Amino acid sequence: MATVFIPTPLRKFTKNTAKLEIQGNSVKEIIDALTVEFPELKRHLVNADGKIPNFINIFVDDDDIRNLQQENTQVKGNTIVSIVPAIAGGVE
Amino acid sequence: MPTHQPLFIKQALIHKMIAHAESLTEECCGFLLGHDGETRTVAEVVPARNAATLNKEKQFSIEPLEYLKVENYADENSFELIGIYHSHPNHPAIPSEHDQRAAQPHFSYIILSLVNSKFHDIKSWRLDSNRNFIEELINQTIT
Repeated sequence: MATVFIPTPLRKFTKNTAKLEIQGNSVKEIIDALTVEFPELKRHLVNADGKIPNFINIFVDDDDIRNLQQENTQVKGNTIVSIVPAIAGGVE
Repeated sequence: MPTHQPLFIKQALIHKMIAHAESLTEECCGFLLGHDGETRTVAEVVPARNAATLNKEKQFSIEPLEYLKVENYADENSFELIGIYHSHPNHPAIPSEHDQRAAQPHFSYIILSLVNSKFHDIKSWRLDSNRNFIEELINQTIT
């Protein structure tokens, strides 16, 4: 289980809840359980290949899962999993 | 034709964003904090560091940890993070393809257009349910 932090733009899909306790032993299990509970989140967190899209960053405590074991990163009961949208843009 | 509710923002905050944009040759960026109820109101703007690794004159990005810090600041101060602002040097205040690809649902995106480093125009945009940007009118308030 872990505490999952939902960023503001996605809270409309979680009944305006910012922090959720979600069951799972890995980031993948957490995301799967989260998108089962809140199906509208799925198109924002999972791409057609079943992977987390590039424009979404996932942090386990203070570490980007790209620097850990990606979706297979393990979580414990006191872990905070933060979903962080990539904020970017510009003329080009 | 705008279909979203207007975005209310104090003139002083617009001046703060303009000053930020005019102080840089690169694209500036930052956060819009406020409240989103019957009306959407910006109560504070928080400048951010442009962390783009290439061509900062035409691109911006914000570090994820800076984003998290501002989300926490908003929660602690009873604000909501309601959007992002950035500048388009020598380009209209209209979202680019890059802006559209990276846009988040429900956020307001204020774009400041600059011509030769001087403020030219400001517009705000928000995605509709089909991920098309629709302009939202900016309602400037004195206080």
